[in-house]
Amino acid sequence: MIRLEKRPTPSRFWSLSTPVIAVILTMIAGGLMFAALGQDPVEAIRVIFWDPLFHPQFASYSRPQLLVKAGPLILIAIGLSLGFRAGIWNIGAEGQYIIGAICGAAFGLALYPSENILIFPGMVIVGALGGWAWAMIPGILKTRFRTNEILVSLLLVYVAEAILASAATNWLRNPEARGFPGSRNLARHPGTDNPELIAGTGMHWGVVAAFIAVIAAYVLLNRHVLGYQIKLAGQAPRAARFAGVEPTRLVLLCLGVSGALAGMAGLFEVSGPAGQISIDFNSGYGFTAIIVAFLGRLHPVGILLAGLLMALTYIGGELAQLMLGVPAPAIQAFQGMLLFFLLALDVLSNFRIRFGTGRAAA
Amino acid sequence: MKSITKLLASAALATATLAGAATAQDDPFQVGFIYVGSVGDLGWTYEHDQGRLAVEEHFGDAVETVYLENVPEGADAERAITQMILGGADMVFTTSFGYMDPTNAVAAQFPDVYFEHATGYRRDTPNVSTYSARFYEGRAVIGHIAGHMTESNIIGYIGSYPIPEVIRGINSAFLHAREVNPDVEMRVVWAYTWFDPAAEADAAQALIDAGADVIMQHTDSTAPQTVAQEAGIISFGQASDMYQFAPAPRVASIIDNWAPYYIARVEAAMNGTWESMDTWDGIGPGMVEIGEMTDAIPEEVRASATEMMEAIAAGEYHPFTGPINRQDGTAWLAEGEVADDGTLAGMDFYVEGLTGEIPN
Repeated sequence: MIRLEKRPTPSRFWSLSTPVIAVILTMIAGGLMFAALGQDPVEAIRVIFWDPLFHPQFASYSRPQLLVKAGPLILIAIGLSLGFRAGIWNIGAEGQYIIGAICGAAFGLALYPSENILIFPGMVIVGALGGWAWAMIPGILKTRFRTNEILVSLLLVYVAEAILASAATNWLRNPEARGFPGSRNLARHPGTDNPELIAGTGMHWGVVAAFIAVIAAYVLLNRHVLGYQIKLAGQAPRAARFAGVEPTRLVLLCLGVSGALAGMAGLFEVSGPAGQISIDFNSGYGFTAIIVAFLGRLHPVGILLAGLLMALTYIGGELAQLMLGVPAPAIQAFQGMLLFFLLALDVLSNFRIRFGTGRAAA
Repeated sequence: MKSITKLLASAALATATLAGAATAQDDPFQVGFIYVGSVGDLGWTYEHDQGRLAVEEHFGDAVETVYLENVPEGADAERAITQMILGGADMVFTTSFGYMDPTNAVAAQFPDVYFEHATGYRRDTPNVSTYSARFYEGRAVIGHIAGHMTESNIIGYIGSYPIPEVIRGINSAFLHAREVNPDVEMRVVWAYTWFDPAAEADAAQALIDAGADVIMQHTDSTAPQTVAQEAGIISFGQASDMYQFAPAPRVASIIDNWAPYYIARVEAAMNGTWESMDTWDGIGPGMVEIGEMTDAIPEEVRASATEMMEAIAAGEYHPFTGPINRQDGTAWLAEGEVADDGTLAGMDFYVEGLTGEIPN
């Protein structure tokens, strides 16, 4: 008989090694799936994990693209991780990402065609404010009326998508687009663009912001009283209250920071890689970032690595489609396995597995 | 800088063709397709993939095709197209409107690759063509059928997004339903999606609850067909034939047939006659087809619908021929006047008789 026994404190060894084991298990299970689809599993795994980095034909292009893809994931996940550590569950980063992009883009487009160098910084601030404001809705509803922030923030994603459709087909529509949906292209207009900073690196302001967020979160969690309060609130809510942590303030702060970072991520995308507000502008970064946050163990450095790994599976997944003809849904299933194994293995860091009959068992 | 990138890209390409000998012996012409949905959606993407398969069949070993499905229209599209070209594609079809800016951006970097963008209007560089189909011609035919078939005189229409393409279809279907049935009304529900079976089913149900006994859709899933089947009413296949729902509820369909165009363009690219152009073809050249009209439609209606189809194909009849007024009663087309393509392409108003407003 197998029993689970709760550990007095989470195992440090397991919490560090489960992400690695989860990746390995994903490779094995994913390999079996690819084999069942008639693919050579070793080759498929190689194409996904190795080729984006080292394939002579693709790597020089794919490597910088890793940063482009990982940047927003990391930026959003860092914000989410603060709340997740404190037991505050913002599931609606996708909505904050959309609203941030719309607000920032609207600011830039309102001043079109000015090319003033202050416009882009202004867009970043307005984008962050937009994301922050959208996250304040579940925040205030939770602190005032004790609503559940998981549901409210999630449902607001759908509201944000409706606003996005309306912006793209109507009030942010490019007046020169002959009635077609979509805003002007921000990435191609000096002043509103978020360009590649060093050619061939994929580095744009959003990637820079992601790196800054990683460092700031690390310092906050390890050196600042607020970081201590966040961790305490998550581990021992009652003790946190005795230690003078004010729950209302913490909820608003964590939701606000994660909303602002998601909003910024949206702005950096709409002014850079995506280029414009379109009906389908959001492509799931806000949800994928939740996976990244957990895959990175809610630790800033872990999130950095997890974001890059996730980006790798996206780009490698495309290569697998191209070179091997692996269907796209199989790649998505593969990514899903990663989260599944990670959460399943999470048990190991909090519980010990005991074999044999439990003494307490009747 | 750009020329260095190109040089690197072509060098990489050269090594690739050498290294890729295992998969391709004779360096076939490689044609890539970027799909917004899944090849199994039985609608929009499915039909583009049928076009791809037709290309493969037509050219045999001389052409190799690759595709990427479920490519989001935002930031990922540019990367997907670029990787496809780095993988050796000589020609790329990007099959959704949202790929317009990414397609043109990548095309500027790879002047030797041919680009074909569906439903867009931007051709920034001489290696980009655009193409679309005059779906409104098909809408006219099924509108004609719907006007005859409805008993409640309420036709339900599931719109995706309020964009010219969709508004044009609503106007065309409505005009031709009203032509044969002056009492007909059309109710439009906006689903705000191209493909979402649950949302489309809800929209269909809402229309049925509002009294509609005929449903048209401008969304891609078969969910409205299932709802129509349960309700015992009539529907029309969209994008693909959806023949699995025939003979009823699906009594006819509008099929996007991209195969002839794809074959012609690949051929042109291979023999060097390819030129940047804008193609907007309808029933005549076969880009729009009407799927088999089933026995559920009375014989005389089938005959008159076929007659209309043939007149459109022959260029004798244009679905937007005056007199037609705008919804607010102002004149749009005078007696016998035919709509110009520019107005049709940017159509943002309802014609007279349609109720409701185009949402903002």
